[in-house]
Amino acid sequence: MSEPTTLPFFASELDPGPSFMDLLRRVAPASLTQDLGTGRPDAFEITHATTVVAIRTADGVIMAGDRRATAGHLIANRRIEKVFAADDHSGVAIAGAAGPAVEMVRLFQVQLRHYEKVEGVQLSLEGKANQLAQMVRANLPAAMQGFVVIPLFAGFDQRRQRGRVFSYDATGGKYEEADFQTNGSGGVHARNWIKAGWHEGITAADGVALAIRSLFAAADEDAATGGPDLVRGIYPMVAVIDAEGFRLLDDDDVAARAQALLGGAERGGAESKGDAQS
Amino acid sequence: MNMPFYVAPEQMMKDRADYARKGIARGRSLVALECDAGVVIVAENPSRTLYKVSEIYDRIAFAGVGKYNEFQSLRIGGVRLADLKGYQYSPEDVSASSLANAYAQTLGQVFTHEMKPYEVEILVAQVGTSPGEPNQLFHILYDGTVMDEQGFTVLGGEAERIADAVRAAITDDITLADAVKLGARSLANDGEVLAAGQLEVALLDRTRPQRAFRRIKGTELEALLG
Repeated sequence: MSEPTTLPFFASELDPGPSFMDLLRRVAPASLTQDLGTGRPDAFEITHATTVVAIRTADGVIMAGDRRATAGHLIANRRIEKVFAADDHSGVAIAGAAGPAVEMVRLFQVQLRHYEKVEGVQLSLEGKANQLAQMVRANLPAAMQGFVVIPLFAGFDQRRQRGRVFSYDATGGKYEEADFQTNGSGGVHARNWIKAGWHEGITAADGVALAIRSLFAAADEDAATGGPDLVRGIYPMVAVIDAEGFRLLDDDDVAARAQALLGGAERGGAESKGDAQS
Repeated sequence: MNMPFYVAPEQMMKDRADYARKGIARGRSLVALECDAGVVIVAENPSRTLYKVSEIYDRIAFAGVGKYNEFQSLRIGGVRLADLKGYQYSPEDVSASSLANAYAQTLGQVFTHEMKPYEVEILVAQVGTSPGEPNQLFHILYDGTVMDEQGFTVLGGEAERIADAVRAAITDDITLADAVKLGARSLANDGEVLAAGQLEVALLDRTRPQRAFRRIKGTELEALLG
């Protein structure tokens, strides 16, 4: 990687414009291209980040993710972060191969800010979603070899004054979701739980509660998803995005809200048989 | 075959410097001041869309006077360099001094080697994060000369007159409102204060956690000008 010390200038036909990805391609291509050879990597287990959710509410969106990363049957990390601020009014949550995913988020954050500084205005929410689609598509060769990265993107659309949720597939396909979407190994369980509890006009507080419950449900059924860890005080990451911007709830707040799980419907299935009514 | 006339290097440099200075003097000036809130940059600029002052990185701002297209391309070069560095290393490793050096190198190179020198003067300002950390103001001339300024700096034509006006009134703990007023008064020719519509004002705000740069305009600017 070349060390940047002088101002990068380009002939007009090579100018990357406001795209940071194109700029990297010009000056430090090694940091983008992934020549992985052929075949799936059997030599090591890939670290995977698992369940994330995004829920549209009355005044924005809620994004949340559990804190577990797995490598095969082992737990690779108990405190991994899967929900990130993309910029001040949008967030991105990752599932899939953790290494490339975290790197993709970093590149995405720089890309959005770079565009804003060069052009003097922010991209539209749709524009940001399309940028992320391009990055997922650029990862396709790696995805073919097992390093799949599937983000969720959500934000508050300042032009339309409402929350929007976008999901992706490994080929870079971008799909706008009407109300909510989940991703990762426990995503199916989380989605079913959200589907049962979601309604139009749900408040932010209820959306947060629903997100926490859905992640508990996912952790309950899926070994790769981590539930609340009361011993170490590790709770899911929850972000609220609305007209005021992106903010992560702090651990104490999430812990307090997670208390609602105690004695709630999640108790169902606790006993193997017989005296569940007692 | 045409033989080029011999021109002494001193004469050539002087001609180029005169040319650049004349170009810069035609434009409107700006002043940057350290104040309690951070670093405020006040520019005379009636345009609402063509900015002279802008954000380079989290704690770093850029300002230019002179030829618009030239300082724009310098600005974008700076954004690119800063973002590359922040991405390849860490945001903490992006500093105004290394940017100022890169600018000086480019401007010096253009001044001696290109057909014509850039007709610009630029400012790279960085606001300190912790209360004790000092701000940095780098004033860079058309030929790559870098000046490390303290308290305030003036870019553009009539710099002497404006600097005298600022120096006479600036204090160590000047407030944001007083700094904006002082800037607006110093830039005006006749001792009047320039109106909000004639000004472009931006602040590197010490208290903002990540991105310190913000524009001050509209009613907020009018209130500061009082």
